[in-house]
Amino acid sequence: MPVKIGVLAKQVIDPEMPAAAFQIDSSVKQVVPPANIPPVVNGFDENAVEAALQIKDSQEATVTVISAGSSFALDVMKKPLSMGADELVLLQDDLFNNTIDSFQTAFLLSEAIKKLGGFDLIICGRQASDWDNAQVPLGVAELLGLACVSLGKKVSIDGDKVVVERLIPDGFEVVHAPMPSLVTVSNELGQPRYPTLRGIMAATRKLPTIWASNDLGISPDMLEPRVTLHDLFIPERDQVCEMIEGDNEEEAARNLAQKLREAKLI
Amino acid sequence: MADASGVLVIGEAHEGQLGTISQEILAVGRQVADDLGEQLYIGLLGDTLVNASAEAISYGADVVYAVTNPLLSEYQSECYLKGMESLCKEISPNVILIGRTNQGRELAPRLAFRLGVGLAQDCLEISVDQANKTLLANRPVYGGSAVAVISCNYTPQIAAVRPKVYEPLAPDNTRQGEVISFPIELDNETPASRVVEVVKEEAAGIKLEDAHTVVSGGRGLGGPEPFTQLEELAKLLGGAVGASRAAVDSGWVPPSYQVGLTGKTITPDLYITVAISGASQHMAGCSSSKVIVAINKDSEANIFKDARYGVVGDWEKVLPALTETVRELTQS
Repeated sequence: MPVKIGVLAKQVIDPEMPAAAFQIDSSVKQVVPPANIPPVVNGFDENAVEAALQIKDSQEATVTVISAGSSFALDVMKKPLSMGADELVLLQDDLFNNTIDSFQTAFLLSEAIKKLGGFDLIICGRQASDWDNAQVPLGVAELLGLACVSLGKKVSIDGDKVVVERLIPDGFEVVHAPMPSLVTVSNELGQPRYPTLRGIMAATRKLPTIWASNDLGISPDMLEPRVTLHDLFIPERDQVCEMIEGDNEEEAARNLAQKLREAKLI
Repeated sequence: MADASGVLVIGEAHEGQLGTISQEILAVGRQVADDLGEQLYIGLLGDTLVNASAEAISYGADVVYAVTNPLLSEYQSECYLKGMESLCKEISPNVILIGRTNQGRELAPRLAFRLGVGLAQDCLEISVDQANKTLLANRPVYGGSAVAVISCNYTPQIAAVRPKVYEPLAPDNTRQGEVISFPIELDNETPASRVVEVVKEEAAGIKLEDAHTVVSGGRGLGGPEPFTQLEELAKLLGGAVGASRAAVDSGWVPPSYQVGLTGKTITPDLYITVAISGASQHMAGCSSSKVIVAINKDSEANIFKDARYGVVGDWEKVLPALTETVRELTQS
């Protein structure tokens, strides 16, 4: 039996966009999607896809990517397929637009996972680069009653258990978890693989499964938000940088050292 | 839970002593409890908690719940969650505050989901909205590019607070408080996952989080070798070496060096950045440094917006001259 792996992924505004393009519409308390800069798959979720594909490289496995949102850029969300994932399931509905409410997102994803018959292993990115909540994966584990290991830098399967190298502040620990389990991964897992030409061709032919609220049997009352967003703003910086000059770079460096000495910092 | 009352700090005890993070969270907890006119509780988990309990009272707790079981002697998420869940059901707190440490990152969301309530994650500031006695939490989002103000719609209202944001109160050994023993039942089957090996790979010398001076390098260094030069300067200053995520992702230094949103949070007196552009996710881990010094060849780099002193130049020229002058100044 192939190992059934689910990967949870989120479409986010490109975090690498220029700082000047980052703007907030305070009337709706939302970040304005920048013009001409397409969204991306959350970086940590690409690490999760990579972790799943590494398992698929070494044993029989299927990789299904699931995402929830109200509007998807299909070519963006197909990237995991072009990297080598087998299936893409998009939970798309106007009701699913409250992306700051982790409860709502985790609930949708867990309902979809149940409908898909569950997985032996679910891999997620540690957090999304938009709201940085780091809650949805742990919430899905709770809603589904799964064991959960967070902050993995390496994930493998050994017989009937999942082996995770989990980051700790001064190194890592090796954790064994049963199957099914949910694991979150971090960028320390390494660069996600690039899509191959063959992968891209295969992905263009694949159609995602798209489920709306009624496909999942979800009504608005089930999505009662757990948190309220009162304000969203860009913090002001009042720091003024004193540029240390010199006739050349070496002299500027020497002047810097003097300055730090005068300020009793060294 | 209309009768929910009290502010519960989820504490961390390490080898029987109260963790620094718990001292910090007790400080913000004290403020919130006083603003709400409620009691400040702390829940400690472990097997021997006598010293940590006394410390918790001296740092501001009114009541300590010592949640004990031999299985709680080491952190294990399942066991700790069961302990916290039992305690919350017993005392129905109005507010729960957790430090966003390695443990807190796991416990806070799972506890919130287990209790069916919301969580304000990774908060930089917690206040009480006096109009309706609810908690308001400021938290960085979009990698620190923006700040969101959120509140929780259900009780208990849970907030995870970023480490090193709040200063502990001065400990007062004459403070009076109550210690309530709360032994819990855990069957041996509870842990679903288990740690089989721990691999330490931290640099020798002073810990990054504790250093008064930190010298960090970024993508612009171009490789692992320049970190030797950073170490030389850090050593002269009695400090530690850190790195940006780009340097860690490139494999130049181990992950334990990473400063930033997903790495370590540091608050040194002096933070010298070398060839770091200053992406907001990096600044999220160091913006509370007292003085930031930036060395970068790009005068437009973001880092100069947060720096107190800057040198625009090639690090290969600036760093050796800086190190040499520091040597002369500090050793004369």
